[in-house]
Amino acid sequence: MNRYLLPLVAVIVFLPFLVLGLRSDPSKLPSQYIGKAAPEFDLPTLRDNTRNLASADLTGQVSLVNVWATWCVGCRAEHGFLMQLAQQGDIPIYGINWRDNRPDAIQWLAQYGDPYVASGFDEDGRVGIDWGVYGAPETFLLSQEGEVVYRFTGPLSASHWEREFVPRIAELGK
Amino acid sequence: MIRRIVICLTAACLAPTVMAIDTGKAFEDPAQQERYERIIAEVRCVTCQNQNIKDSNAFIAADLRREIRRLMMEGKSDTEIADFLVTRYGDFVLYRPRATGKTLILWIAPFLLLLVGGFAIVGVVRHRMALPLDEQ
Repeated sequence: MNRYLLPLVAVIVFLPFLVLGLRSDPSKLPSQYIGKAAPEFDLPTLRDNTRNLASADLTGQVSLVNVWATWCVGCRAEHGFLMQLAQQGDIPIYGINWRDNRPDAIQWLAQYGDPYVASGFDEDGRVGIDWGVYGAPETFLLSQEGEVVYRFTGPLSASHWEREFVPRIAELGK
Repeated sequence: MIRRIVICLTAACLAPTVMAIDTGKAFEDPAQQERYERIIAEVRCVTCQNQNIKDSNAFIAADLRREIRRLMMEGKSDTEIADFLVTRYGDFVLYRPRATGKTLILWIAPFLLLLVGGFAIVGVVRHRMALPLDEQ
């Protein structure tokens, strides 16, 4: 009895960690900004070089910031859903056009529709780095105060939206 | 025939140097260049996680190398550069995470396990020594 007790205790202690390890996806990194103010930025807009999209524009309402590019396959995949969200009009979507080129990006929006209130043009990827972006598409949920509430990496879908975003937005609306 | 094989093999051996990611030096000063290469060898590429940004040609790796060059030119210290990266990407981005509250377990766990193993060995040996010799 006694000789099996110690290994048994060891297994019981380690088991939760092993199970957690199996469930966590190491390719998904947590955002460092959860609960903190979104990193400040000031970018020229995609459509008009003389106008700017800055962090200050995002405060005052709950908003989404979507990091996208024309070279990004996942962005194409989620675009239909973003269009749907934009048509519902419950939450403004701001874009950060990341490491792209302007004519391609404008053409892309003309072809597939433009769900964004405005897109900042982050040509050299500096703002992307400041935001801790590691792969487009990424979608940030920001509070009225401009704090990052949630970050999702990968193409957004209706089921993920219902599960992760809707409850958080409802919480913020209170 | 043999000559061809030799040429092919030599070419294959040279390929990695030819395909180096950063062609050309980032810094004129050899000491700075060495420091730059040391830093980028210890930063994880966040999209291609088992590579460092020195070996990766991913967009994000190229961007991070550029940011590190910029920070170095601004005269930032190694710690300040590490802070810049950790603020944005977390401790995970450094191949040698700093010993802070959150990463302390990573640093002490090997020693703890060694200690546990040591105690186990001592326990087993003591137990065996207490057994009568003629049992075997």
